[in-house]
Amino acid sequence: MVAAMWIRSTMAYRASFVLTTFGNFAATGLDFVAIMLMFSRVDALGGYALPEVAFLYGLSSVSFGLADLAIGSMDRLGHRVRDGTLDTLLVRPAPVLAQVAADRFGLRRLGRVTQGVLVLGYALVTVDIDWTAARLLLMPVMLLSGAVIFCAVFVAGAAFQFVAQDAAEVSNAFTYGGTTLLQYPPTLFARELVRGVTFVLPLAFVNWLPAAYVLGRPYPLRLPAWMAFTPPLVAVVCAAAAGTAWRAGLRSYRSTGS
Amino acid sequence: MTGVDTAFIEVDRVEKVFEVRRKTGLLKRERRQVRAVDALSFTVARGEMVGYIGPNGAGKSTTIKMLTGILTPSGGRLRVAGIDPSRERTRLAHRIGVVFGQRTTLWWDLPLIDSYRLMHRMYRIPDARYRENLDRCVELLELDGLLDVPVRQLSLGQRMRGDIAAALLHDPEVLYLDEPTIGLDVVSKARVRGFLRELNAERGTTVLLTTHDLQDIEQLCSRVMVIDHGRLMYDGPLAGLHEAGESERTLVVDLERELPPIEVPAPARVVRVQGPRQWVAFPASQSAAPLVARIAAVCPLVDLSVREPDIEAVIAKMYAEKATA
Amino acid sequence: MGSGRLYAAVTAGGFRRYATYRAATAAGVFTNTVFGLILVYVYLALWDERPHLGGYDQAQAVTYVWLGQAFLSTLALGGGGVEGELMERIRSGDIAVDLYRPADLQAWWLAADMGRALFQLLGRGVVPFAFGALVFPVALPGDVLTWVAFLVAVVLAMVVSFGIRFLVALSAFWLMDGTGAAQAAWFLGYFCSGMLLPLNAFPGALGEVVRALPWSSMLQAPADVLLGEAGALPTYAFQAGWAVVLLAAGRLVQTAATRRVVVQGG
Repeated sequence: MVAAMWIRSTMAYRASFVLTTFGNFAATGLDFVAIMLMFSRVDALGGYALPEVAFLYGLSSVSFGLADLAIGSMDRLGHRVRDGTLDTLLVRPAPVLAQVAADRFGLRRLGRVTQGVLVLGYALVTVDIDWTAARLLLMPVMLLSGAVIFCAVFVAGAAFQFVAQDAAEVSNAFTYGGTTLLQYPPTLFARELVRGVTFVLPLAFVNWLPAAYVLGRPYPLRLPAWMAFTPPLVAVVCAAAAGTAWRAGLRSYRSTGS
Repeated sequence: MTGVDTAFIEVDRVEKVFEVRRKTGLLKRERRQVRAVDALSFTVARGEMVGYIGPNGAGKSTTIKMLTGILTPSGGRLRVAGIDPSRERTRLAHRIGVVFGQRTTLWWDLPLIDSYRLMHRMYRIPDARYRENLDRCVELLELDGLLDVPVRQLSLGQRMRGDIAAALLHDPEVLYLDEPTIGLDVVSKARVRGFLRELNAERGTTVLLTTHDLQDIEQLCSRVMVIDHGRLMYDGPLAGLHEAGESERTLVVDLERELPPIEVPAPARVVRVQGPRQWVAFPASQSAAPLVARIAAVCPLVDLSVREPDIEAVIAKMYAEKATA
Repeated sequence: MGSGRLYAAVTAGGFRRYATYRAATAAGVFTNTVFGLILVYVYLALWDERPHLGGYDQAQAVTYVWLGQAFLSTLALGGGGVEGELMERIRSGDIAVDLYRPADLQAWWLAADMGRALFQLLGRGVVPFAFGALVFPVALPGDVLTWVAFLVAVVLAMVVSFGIRFLVALSAFWLMDGTGAAQAAWFLGYFCSGMLLPLNAFPGALGEVVRALPWSSMLQAPADVLLGEAGALPTYAFQAGWAVVLLAAGRLVQTAATRRVVVQGG
């Protein structure tokens, strides 16, 4: 309901809406162009060919795009805390998290999802996958779990803004930085970094691990194959952790004011 | 002053302590505790209309935020309609209405009616009741013809009325108003006050309002509470406040020509002379009529007006009194 | 020189304004470092696969990554320069006040932006760059002269960057809502300045084109001076050429815009 209102809100400035949606599409598209440029000079990156990288890229972008579409406006929480307008949300009977998520809900963010879907489509056409029922089933599971994991990162970032209102940019390192990282094959990165995003901040479950299974490639950390099917579990744990962080943040706001 | 069963809002030795970090050097930070509300106690009965006043930073907003559940008190006991606001914030939200004078809760780019539709859904107001309340608000707050206007195009007064309506669609039992007439013109102020009086009389809605405008209190509230430095300084009728603060009104007199200060009977006295204009201070508890008659009898009058005392001045006087007592 | 002192004061003001946001600066440093880290591994793999891509060796490519992170906010490649504020003033009509100030509009905002850029270079640029230089193998020159030459190229890059953003901001005089234009300029700048891939490594005709565009004076030009891939003087000539063209264009547009404001009465 609130989200629908924001859509109508942005439609009030139609020309700007068209431009920003297109801008979103093009801006995210250009970093895939950069990858294509790299592949015009090399045949493989970390042992992955262009269609395989496109597969990773598409999965990461769609998951992230869905999360961004749903609750990408979390970074506005810092503003709301600073200018005091968060109070107007707190006196209403709806959950604050839902209200903040719907804040400035923008269909223009569809640009990012669309671009991701296109790249994923290209990958599915060109990449050589030995499709089995398990692999086919894993596709939607992976996209949805990935979206939930990114949502959890967004919420945790928002919770952090209760403590440090000016430091909203830190969460960009994990959200935008996270999706950028996942666009490339895990074989590119240092082992410690891969361990970090597998066991500490489990971004690897968005696409690296399940995609390695779908593509029939070994995961750099030699994890057992069944781990490829754990993203829903990881997503639930992440969502629970983010929820706890959010409640702690809100509690600290309500006991300190601003 | 009110019995247990009539107490609708109960505030019992409530306090709120903030920790403020301040930079004292390049890297050093000093932690300091600020007591925004200090052992505050009062009760408000159902259907009362109470003015809550005090200088900026006195603790008014903090109190309202605790009563609405936005802030959790550091100590003491607090109940609104039997509910602990900070523990059951969303349950309480259905029973209270809040208007923040300087921050609109309305949807900036969309027509007013869209914000009301959102309230309809968010508060799960039954359709019939929503229609009835909306019609009533539209009529009494004169929102006719404004419902389809985007909020950003409304004047300040129109927006305030729109905000008040938005806070009342779900029939709250208590309404908190934070500076509801700030920045409004005379006509808008009168409309808002008239509406609040009627709301209180007809529906028995409990109203707690903070304001800087003494006229709001005079025309609306039978009771006034003054807070400063987080403590309750005064709780009682407005007339008593004037006595307690020995507040004064000012008669501004424009004469035909420059004259020496007019001789007026004490305790009234001329406080300022500038050309043909003179300022006469007199106790707020007295009527201005005899004074005006007296001046008109001895001086050639062109024009005159009465200035109400402002709350800051009243409270400042209360302090001066305490210091000398 | 009275006006010189005025603009120096404006620059100092711009510097101090951004210096007050400590938490935001720290957050930015962290984010730049993370992005640099991701990109470094990609480049290492890329140069592993194809050594001497674009004439760089691996160490030079790594250095390039961290230069890019250091310049991201300095040159406002991802937005965040004075253009946002300038556009807001145009939209709200406050710009009329600026036009009647005894100082020149373009010079005023250039000075303010230089102050901002200097702060971002020191506050947000140095730490990620130092981190990169300590953790990864980099190619840094040993002689002071190259560093000085590099810094001159950085200042010229700041001017070019402002020249582009000033033009974008002035578009708000005609578009009213400049968000779309600003966003378009942002992603174009991000791509064409070589933030995603060094312009040297762009293939064929596309490479020829992007290397001739003004954006190549922003990251690529100073980087090549530091990495010893380009002579200082020809680089300066290229940068200064674009700076003059862009500032002159900005001045022309400003004159047209001023006329518009005067005609409309604000």
